[in-house]
Amino acid sequence: MPITVNGNEAELPHDPRVSLLDLLREDLHLFGAKKGCNQGACGACTVLVDGQRVLSCLTLAVQCEGRHVMTVEGLAGDNGLHPLQKAFIEHDGFQCGFCTPGQICSALGMAAEFDRGVPSVITEDFDDDGVALTPEEIRERMSGNLCRCGAHNGIVAAIAEVHAIQGDRTDSREAAA
Amino acid sequence: MTPFTYSRASDTASAVQFGAMAQAKYLGGGTNLVDLLRETIEQPSSLIDVTGLSSAITPTADGGLLIGAAAKNTALAEHRLVLSHYPMLTRSIVAGASAQIRNMATVGGNILQRTRCAYFYDTEGSRCNKRSLGQGCDAIDGFNRNHAILGASSSCVATHPSDMCVALAALDALVHLQGPTGARVIPLVDLHLLPDNDPGKETVLLPGELITAIELPSPLVGGRSTYRKVRDRASYAFALVSVAAILAVEDGKVTGVRLAFGGVAPKPWRAKKAENALLGAPATEATFRKAAEAELAHATPLSGNGFKVELAIRTVAALMTSLAGDQS
Ligand SMILES: Cc1cc2nc3c(=O)[nH]c(=O)nc-3n(C[C@H](O)[C@H](O)[C@H](O)COP(=O)(O)OP(=O)(O)OC[C@H]3O[C@@H](n4cnc5c(N)ncnc54)[C@H](O)[C@@H]3O)c2cc1C
Ligand code: SF4
Ligand code: FES
Ligand code: FES
Repeated sequence: MPITVNGNEAELPHDPRVSLLDLLREDLHLFGAKKGCNQGACGACTVLVDGQRVLSCLTLAVQCEGRHVMTVEGLAGDNGLHPLQKAFIEHDGFQCGFCTPGQICSALGMAAEFDRGVPSVITEDFDDDGVALTPEEIRERMSGNLCRCGAHNGIVAAIAEVHAIQGDRTDSREAAA
Repeated sequence: MTPFTYSRASDTASAVQFGAMAQAKYLGGGTNLVDLLRETIEQPSSLIDVTGLSSAITPTADGGLLIGAAAKNTALAEHRLVLSHYPMLTRSIVAGASAQIRNMATVGGNILQRTRCAYFYDTEGSRCNKRSLGQGCDAIDGFNRNHAILGASSSCVATHPSDMCVALAALDALVHLQGPTGARVIPLVDLHLLPDNDPGKETVLLPGELITAIELPSPLVGGRSTYRKVRDRASYAFALVSVAAILAVEDGKVTGVRLAFGGVAPKPWRAKKAENALLGAPATEATFRKAAEAELAHATPLSGNGFKVELAIRTVAALMTSLAGDQS
């Protein structure tokens, strides 16, 4: 079984030592995911595997056999950029852009986690269905993505515009239903 | 990385059969192991991917929970029975690493993750008894702000970095193991070893033994619980000190207590001395502080981490006082 990347099937590497990040960049020439630290500390390599945000630098490519990988290159559709990509531009959610593909993939995974009720370390009441995706919640939930340019305020604003605008979790659940 | 073969285990029996071979290693989410392979600290000749084994989270007959070792950290943290019956476990998990890492990490791998001592990872430039017994330990006279104050030895002062394990220690969790010679169940607090003279030997696991599940007994009746982690930045950092606490109070007296520390010892540290001092005592900040002092009376701080003693005492006192306040 091969691996699917942005909807296209690709061959898995023969050497099990190849990371998902190296497969994406070196073999498939998808340069969106970045090799920042290559040890799990920066989030620049974040991609979505079966919809979950993960670090491609610490994932062996062979572990993704039969799975669907989505990178930033797969986000734009027939109508142009993904709304979150547009919001990053509008809110100056980047300067050099190095961390941006990881930030955007991470934010998409983050929103899905929030919508299905995953709490964060600052969520006070686990029983409360009305927990809002406040800027503080966004910051905590996005803390695995560092930005050396310090574009965090723009990043939080962009995510808030796209994902927190509906208000709280109950609303976004209803919207999804 | 040195070359290795990769295979995916479809069931426990075949995993253990392969795991029993020399130089084999189980692979969970890889968030620690891949790093260790890259640094050539681990050099297995074969990896057995165990993420396809049981990740089920199911209630047990006596009101507890059985958690398949392949359950992802996020899956455990968000599980409805964990949120309602063991919220402290959720709090400990979401206090650790980043969301991406928690999505990858398995329960088994989290328990068996190795220390984050920077000298341990610095294969080129540092001496480390855990990597190579007899080299010496560069942390003891080095930068040891993050190192242990309890349970360490003159050969190694590294801490066990897991947050989740601190909650598991306080919850009296049991570890289900399957090895080449059979299955057994041991308390989590007996799984990890103190370094003594051989810091490379970190657990009581036999060669090829696999963690198959974690079992939580039913929650302490009437107990309130929480987890607090103190660290150098507000998120995505390892603990300087962390405390998992369960407290039951009746008529102003402590009727039940379980306490465990992280960030201070080579293993998740169950604070039995403090618990013994508290049982039956008045639930006041003064007694909480005194109990913490009793636990830390034999602390052996290093040049750079003496602050951890008072930090641990204050964290216990503050946390227990707030738990007691919730019950009065
Ligand atoms: C940047 C960074 C920050 C982090 N911060 C934190 C933090 O703040 N708090 C925290 O608690 N953790 C933190 N972590 C550590 C993280 O939680 C662990 O790496 C993770 O839990 C390990 O799980 P895994 O499934 O990826 O294990 P792996 O890396 O796959 O395996 C780890 C070890 O467990 C063994 N193993 C795996 N499964 C089994 C099994 N079923 N039976 C027997 N052996 C097994 C493997 O052989 C290996 O030796 C951090 C990690 C990184 C990279
Ligand atoms: S504290 Fe332990 S792990 Fe760190 S350098 Fe010393 S021996 Fe190695
Ligand atoms: S490159 Fe993967 S976390 Fe930094
Ligand atoms: S925009 Fe430069 S690192 Fe984030």
